[in-house]
Amino acid sequence: MKKLLLGDEAIAQGAIDAGLSGVYAYPGTPSTEITEYIQGNALARERRLHSRWCTNEKTAMEAALGMSFMGKRALVCMKHVGLNVCADPFVNSGMTGVNGGVVVLVADDPSMHSSQDEQDSRFYGKFALIPTFEPSSQQEAYDMMATAFEYSEQQCLPVLMRVTTRMAHSRAVVQCADAPRLENELNYHAAAANWVLLPANARRRNDKVTAQQAQLEEDAANSKWNQLTFPYKVAGSGAFPLGIIASGIAYNYVMESGASLPLLKISQYPLPKRLVRQLLDVCERVIVVEEGQPFIEEQVRGVFESQNILGRLTGELPRTGELTPDTVAEALAKECDGLASTNNSASALPSLTGGVGGGSLIAPRPPQLCQGCGHRDVYTALNEVLKEYENPRVFGDIGCYTLGFLPPYRAIHSCVDMGASITMAKGAADAGQWPAVAIIGDSTFTHSGMTGLLDAVNENADITVIISDNLTTAMTGGQDSAGTNKFEAICRGLGVSDEHLHVVVPLPKNMPEITRIIREEINYHGVSVIIPRRECIQTFKRHAKEKKN
Amino acid sequence: MKCDIILCGVGGQGILSIATIIGEAAMNENLYIKQAEVHGMSQRGGDVQSNLRISSNPIASDLIPKGGADVIISMEPMEALRYLPYLNPEGWVITSSAPFINIPNYPDIDAVLAALGKLPHVVCIDIEQLAKNNQVPRSANVILLGAAQHALGIDYDKLEAAVRRVFSRKGDAIVEANVKALSIGHSQLS
Repeated sequence: MKKLLLGDEAIAQGAIDAGLSGVYAYPGTPSTEITEYIQGNALARERRLHSRWCTNEKTAMEAALGMSFMGKRALVCMKHVGLNVCADPFVNSGMTGVNGGVVVLVADDPSMHSSQDEQDSRFYGKFALIPTFEPSSQQEAYDMMATAFEYSEQQCLPVLMRVTTRMAHSRAVVQCADAPRLENELNYHAAAANWVLLPANARRRNDKVTAQQAQLEEDAANSKWNQLTFPYKVAGSGAFPLGIIASGIAYNYVMESGASLPLLKISQYPLPKRLVRQLLDVCERVIVVEEGQPFIEEQVRGVFESQNILGRLTGELPRTGELTPDTVAEALAKECDGLASTNNSASALPSLTGGVGGGSLIAPRPPQLCQGCGHRDVYTALNEVLKEYENPRVFGDIGCYTLGFLPPYRAIHSCVDMGASITMAKGAADAGQWPAVAIIGDSTFTHSGMTGLLDAVNENADITVIISDNLTTAMTGGQDSAGTNKFEAICRGLGVSDEHLHVVVPLPKNMPEITRIIREEINYHGVSVIIPRRECIQTFKRHAKEKKN
Repeated sequence: MKCDIILCGVGGQGILSIATIIGEAAMNENLYIKQAEVHGMSQRGGDVQSNLRISSNPIASDLIPKGGADVIISMEPMEALRYLPYLNPEGWVITSSAPFINIPNYPDIDAVLAALGKLPHVVCIDIEQLAKNNQVPRSANVILLGAAQHALGIDYDKLEAAVRRVFSRKGDAIVEANVKALSIGHSQLS
């Protein structure tokens, strides 16, 4: 059966067809659509596969391990920075190993289209001693899911599957299986002690998994996803002036360039050094083309003569940022005579219209808070009150409201990671800052803000926390938020006093009340929580439409 | 056949629906398709674009190389200019003439339209006004698609059939409104 699928959807369909029993995830661009697809899939519903959103990536990873413990197949999905949040269970899952297959799907975001950093998840796979897959097409992404689950069970290890934005959010026609595999039956693990990571057990497992690495590398050398190809036969040695190692989506840009060179495609790790050696033996130099950080390039440079290895570290390719067909074609053209670079004749068009890039006719159009969004009213009120203070500082967090940094609000002074608003405000207050205000969204608060609020309550830190509650996880498109209807109870439970816990409705007509409360709570020298609550304008419109239909 | 298309506009203007219809038509013709989209933060009122590639031969890259696009379909005139470095010198620009002004430094619209007018192959129409005048207020994007039909190299009948399939779940009224919108856009050129 042929389907036109996003990379994310191909992964989801591949997992369902591979006998998945549950997906565990917290929304994060560019990984969100995987879980959404499973939530909407007919077979997944019929089989009652677990697909409800989790509170954060750590709870997701741990629940998936629980499902694996019982012998069933589980998928965990997240964006790259989510892997930091679940790093503890992720790395330890290499030590416990798995019973039912576990695939950890991480979507990296090079060029940071919707992210705080450009970290490359393949490093995590390497240091957690976990095999890693990296598809280069939507079809591969689909096909790899079945292989990844099988391999996970065969090796008793989780498999990390790494994709990047252009794979996650690009559509192609995918040939899907007609008969989906059945789910695993419930079964108890034969090696139950593996799951108890007391030092004695962990040492035994560490030896075992470390010893397993040679086999994993040999499997990668024999993998159908890793192919070494030669354009033509050459007699003698060292005959090719240039060879290419390309991984994941970067492979497509190499193919787009039309380069006819010896080519090692890598889509399964640990890096198969045997194949790399075969390529280097017949090439004078090799250029490494990979999306993200120079993961392969650094390893290859460690093994072979460094001066003959080209790539991001040597400047042939940009050191940071996403690759494009143009950057790859340009690098290959420079190193290899006779290859066409990008189509320079195109530059005639922008010059016709008065120039592009610096052209006065094209203004940047950054994203912004929607018209009618409640966060707008929160920032309007906050800015109005903070004008009255000498050096106010507002610690922001991750979500739509991070856009409050931009004009016209210019309202926040920090945005680091999920939950850092509250803890940074507390640290600043500890250092003597006043007023110290934290602003955090509802979903971000339950993801990673609650523990920080407990710290603040325990010391009655002089901070004002604003939980801007729009009843959804808005930035990623409006997924359910784990704490909806529970925020007052959560805050009370953590020890916030009733007197300093307020709920307001962020609307222009309520400005006098909102500003009065913010002012009073800033002037109160202890922890206070203000919850402006109004549904996200996007989900509100969607719900109104659904009612009409 | 091969057609590389850049769809662009401002987040929320409906460029992905245009892509869905073209993709549906191409898939029905057993063509190869690759379509890179933008999701996430930039959808919030920022500039958005989608690279859509259809071909009778396998397609390697999800992204269109500079100078490689055959068509730019833009829901907004300034956004059409933004992607010109990607357009083939013989390529077409099919764009709405109505500016979407949500930034303080939007350039002089007459200058934008004059710049577009200098291109060798350009169709610049007020799709919002056409949509209102013809009682299909929510289908401005499909009007634009109709105006792009000749540049895409997909038969009109096949495009219309794709519109019917894509909107079929939403009921006859919406299907007919979009079929009408497609024909309005198409008739702008004849």
